[in-house]
Amino acid sequence: MSEASNSTTAPDGAPAISCKGTGKIWGAGTDRAVEALKDFNLDVGQNEFVVLLGPSGCGKSTLLYLIAGLEDLTEGTIEGHGVPVTGPDSDRSLIFQESSLYPWLSVVENVAFGLKLRGMTKSRRRKVAEQLLIDVGLGGFETKRPDELSGGMRQRAAVARALAMEPSVLLMDEPFAALDVQTRTKLQDFLIQIWRDSGASVLFVTHHIDEAMALADRVVVFTARPGTVKSIVPIDMPRPRDPRDPAIHALRDHLIDLLADEVDRAFAEQEQISDKDKIRA
Amino acid sequence: MSATNKKAPKTRLSRLATAAVWSIVSVALFTGIWEFCWYMRWANPMLLPPPHMFLQDLFYVGRLFDKSTRLGNPSDMEVVVTVLRTIGATIMRVIIGLAAALLVSLAVGMAIRYSPTFGKLVMPVINLLAPVSPIGWLPVAMLIFGLGDAPAIFLVYIALFFIMTLATLHLIDSLPPSYVQAARILGASRLQIFFHVVLPAILPGLFVVLRTNMFAALMIVLIAESVGVGGGLGLVVIIARNTFDAQLAFFTMFIIGIVGFVLDLVLRNIQRRVLNWQS
Repeated sequence: MSEASNSTTAPDGAPAISCKGTGKIWGAGTDRAVEALKDFNLDVGQNEFVVLLGPSGCGKSTLLYLIAGLEDLTEGTIEGHGVPVTGPDSDRSLIFQESSLYPWLSVVENVAFGLKLRGMTKSRRRKVAEQLLIDVGLGGFETKRPDELSGGMRQRAAVARALAMEPSVLLMDEPFAALDVQTRTKLQDFLIQIWRDSGASVLFVTHHIDEAMALADRVVVFTARPGTVKSIVPIDMPRPRDPRDPAIHALRDHLIDLLADEVDRAFAEQEQISDKDKIRA
Repeated sequence: MSATNKKAPKTRLSRLATAAVWSIVSVALFTGIWEFCWYMRWANPMLLPPPHMFLQDLFYVGRLFDKSTRLGNPSDMEVVVTVLRTIGATIMRVIIGLAAALLVSLAVGMAIRYSPTFGKLVMPVINLLAPVSPIGWLPVAMLIFGLGDAPAIFLVYIALFFIMTLATLHLIDSLPPSYVQAARILGASRLQIFFHVVLPAILPGLFVVLRTNMFAALMIVLIAESVGVGGGLGLVVIIARNTFDAQLAFFTMFIIGIVGFVLDLVLRNIQRRVLNWQS
């Protein structure tokens, strides 16, 4: 558990994702500029499962949006398979915290949506989507509307929609945060299965230590804002991991220690800000 | 799904039946009071003819709907055709005006959000013109379009255009950002995002605005017709006024009420069928 040996390059060629000195300032150049991310360095290997762990507001979601190409970075570079990220690409799929399925489409139409944009014929994309729904355990729900599904089923469908594009990188922004504990555990197992079957790299944002430990090959612990790498903790244990395992206990303590400082710092900063407001007012 | 489907028609039917019973009771009570006032000789039948009076002798009233049947001795069939044609003219003006307002405000609203420069250019004018009452546009409409269908349709259109453009903007702004982001991730172009995401997402809300403003559209078309753009139910109202024909006035009001009710019913059904995902 050494501090940041920051280069797990994929065996064949460039890493799936490579961030070098990546930074993001929201509202740069204005008096309301906020530095969300600073000098962030990380390589994600092929088929590696990396969890980004940090206090809320530390910039981990920002990083995900930058990698997805939905936002422009203000410093450094991000490369996907050695190619600089300039915009969204269906090779890097993002799954949101709340389901972003389209409520006016049926479940199968949602899953086939990306294929439709690509111009695949209706019968072919329907076939692909139906198979994917079976793969994610939603066979028989093709004609349902998203709001007829439970939260967990909606996230499964969202994963299916992403997988339809055959991405090599899955970016997940606290995808299970809105779910209850039992559903969350089920979906973690589901995600591990999907990750193994698809061979994709996964970059998973969470603020739950237990979730990070259940999933990750490596846990990247963030500092408070502006977020950067505080520590990278590899977890070399077979899955499924037993939460009662003493090694897991030790790991949890270590992660709690790493996070505690940052949570304190985040709170202190917030209080400072509110103090400033008081003085102004 | 099959379970809910089997159950739904029955509950819907019984709900409709209940609503129908209440409608009948409501109308019966209202006309009952009216008829009672006539029976007690409290209401002058020349000024306030009760329903049984203005709804009798319909062929006589109906021939007043158009100058082609007003004189001479038209057959019953000709009178029916005249009445239906007058109603049709009014409805057509409302529908064309509504459709034009829906399409243009959708296009303008989208253009404003897609091009910030365009937005800055037109928003001040839209904000200035939005509060101008459609009645204020009446002389303009007649100056530009003269008489006939065009000025009436224009007034319906202008009565709804501003409110629907502002509604379009509001609906676009309140879309969850993840709708558009997800589409971008899946490789959608700007045009695809418009047609496959933004349009279906805002259409139900826009349709609600359209439906709630349909009555305003009907009112404005009657006003336009009453100042003489040529024909329609509004003109009949004015004829009734000029000839002090209370029977004709009430009969026309009766028809206007039914036209409004039916239009609302039709729009509601379209809404339920085509845009059913947003309940």
